[in-house]
Formats: sequence, structure tokens, C-alpha cells
Amino acid sequence: MFDDFFIRALVAGIGVAFVTGPLGCFVIWRRLSYFGDTLAHSALLGVTLAYSLEFNIAFSVFIISSLIALILIQLQKKTNLPGDALLGLLAHSSLAVGLVVIGFLTFIRFDIMGLLFGDILAVAVNDILIIWIGGALILLVLKLIWKPLFASTVNYELAEAEGLNPDRAKAIFTVLMAAIIAISIKMVGLLLITGMLIIPAAMARNISDSPQKMVIFSIIGGLLSVIIGLFSSLEFNTSSGPSIITAALVLFILSLLKIKQTVQLKN
Amino acid sequence: MSKENNILVKLNEVGIRQNDKWLVKGVSLVVEKGKIVTLIGPNGSGKSTTAKIALGIYKKIAGQVEKYTNNVGYVPQKISIDWTLPLRVNDFMLLTENLKDEAVNEALSLTGVIHLKNKNLGNLSGGEFQRVLLARAISRKPDLLVLDEPVQGVDFTGEIALYELIKKISDTLNCGILLISHDLHTVMSATDHVVCLNGHVCCSGTPSDVAKNNEYKALFGEQASQTLSIYEHKHNHVHSNDGEVKKN
Repeated sequence: MFDDFFIRALVAGIGVAFVTGPLGCFVIWRRLSYFGDTLAHSALLGVTLAYSLEFNIAFSVFIISSLIALILIQLQKKTNLPGDALLGLLAHSSLAVGLVVIGFLTFIRFDIMGLLFGDILAVAVNDILIIWIGGALILLVLKLIWKPLFASTVNYELAEAEGLNPDRAKAIFTVLMAAIIAISIKMVGLLLITGMLIIPAAMARNISDSPQKMVIFSIIGGLLSVIIGLFSSLEFNTSSGPSIITAALVLFILSLLKIKQTVQLKN
Repeated sequence: MSKENNILVKLNEVGIRQNDKWLVKGVSLVVEKGKIVTLIGPNGSGKSTTAKIALGIYKKIAGQVEKYTNNVGYVPQKISIDWTLPLRVNDFMLLTENLKDEAVNEALSLTGVIHLKNKNLGNLSGGEFQRVLLARAISRKPDLLVLDEPVQGVDFTGEIALYELIKKISDTLNCGILLISHDLHTVMSATDHVVCLNGHVCCSGTPSDVAKNNEYKALFGEQASQTLSIYEHKHNHVHSNDGEVKKN
């Protein structure tokens, strides 16, 4: 049968997919792909911090990513720069600073490839606990803020006028984004986390006609990507992150066939 | 809801400044249970802005808003929905409240779009979408309805039917309605109180009072005022193009 490390990676990956599915839908709906990227890039700083202070990685990534999100909101208020420029500024500078700090920490051996692209060998039992407990918390909070978050995603003024407090929901969602990055970084790697959020959700968009269906298909797509990706990672000895994302891409391409069919039906 | 006097929302000298210019200023009005208050005025006179102030969408305002209900239905003037969202009419109906299916069906039937329930929102025509917006706003049986040009893009016969429906809703639900409309005919026949805006309150009162008012005539022309009686009295100010007030 399979080695223990592979089973651990599979259990961890399945946990991640359950959470990235619904969050990924919101990332697409609210056009937050680059925001997700920025938080993920800043995660490298969190990782170096964790190594140098011998601290839990997920927790330290969560703190740093939340901090970067806060800085972004402040910069948006205080400067006249457009949002995408600020995102680029924060993403690349935090990645660069993270890499520079790694350069100074010569006494610790880093697996940079593992950090950037994920490493199934690195998933330990306590990582699984963090993923499943953290993931359950994220989903619970998302369920609680679903109504105001979804309503304000459709139309902010309707949500505000009818008393749903969309600003609070948006702030909480930002924290959830930092949390999902923190718990999935070991599996997928920081360069590819946004792919895990967007690609299954984009696949789901192609084959859904309602938000609920899109969330469900997005979860299924994520699960299939993790399972197929991890098996091929084992088979072909490739990094786990790229294998999972490639599997997700294949599913996305297959979903395009469905669009083509519906278009033909209309004609 | 304030028990003694049926007031749902009360604006007291509200205004909002943007880039050192007042969008609206010094607006006071009261919407009570079972009453229809209509805002009229030319483009850019601050009708939608006033409605949004009443709804609490704008936070940094001058003056005070006293709101006595949280059960509000809103039909915005412009709504841009992002089509990255797969959204059917039924999903849209449940946007801000978990309604029972019967309530959804009832509201959609009232506005004549029950057959569109499972259609994608992006595939509706302008008039159909407007009917869905109105259905969504009334489906939660609100205490206060804020309708910003609720029948724009609806065909002529539909328009009359929808205004009759709005009147009926105000009677059956006993809710207060803040209505913004360009259609002076309808305004004059179905409204309890008219507020004529042009950056500030030009005149207000019952429809017949307003129709007699000279500022109303100056804004909408003689023709409009002929819908009711004509009554002459002296202007005390005119408006420049940016809405600023000049004394005569």
C-alpha cells in the first residue's frame, strides 16, 4: 500500500480543498485573485519568521498575511495609487524581503523549492490537525457571514440599505483569506495557492447556473485536483503543488467543453 | 417604529458634501406608515442621494436621520451586477432575506414575472429586471419601501399596472413609501406628499399645493403644472446651471 507520508498528504490536501472551494468562489466573484496572490507572497516572510523564532509556521503566516492586508487597506486610504499597483508593490516587496531574510539565516537550511511549490513530504500529523481544525473554523465563520458577504458581492448598496452590515463581512473575509493561505502553504506552496483558490472555482463557474452549485462544483473540482495531483506527484516524482494545479487546469479545460455544448444548443 | 406618530424615517436638515460641493443640502422630510412621499426634481438635483441618505448608505452626512425600522426594501436606480456570478432570479430574491418559497412566488406573481423564476438574471430585459427588482423589494413585506425610479424601462401599460401595484402595496402592507419618479402624472395622482428637490427643497406639500408652486413650474415648465391648477406667485430665487441658488 501507500507510505504514511502519502496518506498524510492526501488527508491534508482533501482538507484544504474543502475550504478553498467556497473561498475560491468569492475570490472570483469579488475579483480578488491578485489580493490572494499578494497575501500568499507575503507568506514567505511569515515562514522565515517562523523558522528564525522556532514558531508554528501556519500561525506566523496567518499573522503576517493579516498584517499585510491591514497595510494594504491603510495604503488604499492614504495614497492615490490604484489598487493593482499597491497589490504589486506589497506582493513583490514582501517576497523580496522574505528571500533576503532567508539569505541572512545561513544557519538554517531552507527547502526554497518546497516553500514555493509545496512539499508532500513535509506534511506532519500536526499539520493535518491545523488544516482540519483551522479549515472547519474558516468554513464555520464563512457560513456565519455568508448572507451579508454574498449580498454585498452582488450589490453593496442593497446589502447596506437592507441592514446587512457588508463592511464587517468584508473585513472578516479578509482574515479568512489570510487563514486559508496559512493552512494550505505547506501543501500547495506559496506561489500556487491562488491557483488552488481560483482554478477549481473558475471550472465550477463554467458548469454552474447558481451560486450554490458553483460552490459545490468548486469543492468537487478541488478534491479531484488534490487526489489526481498527489497520485501523479507520487508516480512521476514531481512537486505536489504544480501537480495539483496541473490537474485543476485539466479539469478546467474539460469544463470548457460543457460551455461549448451549451453555446451550440443555443444556436 | 415610533409608536405615537407612525414615523418610519425622519430626515432633519440632512445634506452631503463631496469635493467641496453640496450634492444636496438642508433636506427635511418624514415618511410615515401607509403614506407615499415622492421626490421630484431635475437630473442631478439630489433625489437618489437623498434616498441613500435616508437608507443610511452614506455615512458622512450633515444633519440627522432618525430611522425607526430595520425592515426596509430598496429598489436602487442603477444596479450593476457582476456577471461572474451565476445568479438566477430565485437566488436574487433570497439575497438579503431567507424567504419561504410561497413569499417569493407571491411577490414575483404580483409584478408579473413568476415565469422568470429560474431564468438567469443576466438574460432578462431591462423591463423584466426592473419587475424582479420591485418583486424582491416587496417580497420581505417591508415597513419602509424606497423606490428609485422603480418602473424605468417598463412598457407603458406595465408602468400603469406597477404604479397601481405600488399604491396597493402601500395600502395592504400599510408600509411607508419613499418614491422617486419622473412621471409627474403618476406622482400627482398617487402621492400623499411631494418634495420638489433641486439641490435643496424647492417646495413641498400635497400634490396640488406643489403644482401651484412657481418654483415647480420653473423646474418642470408650464405644461407640467397644467396637470393641475395654475396659480401665480412671485419667485424669490432662480437656479444657475450648477444648482446654486441666486436671489432675484
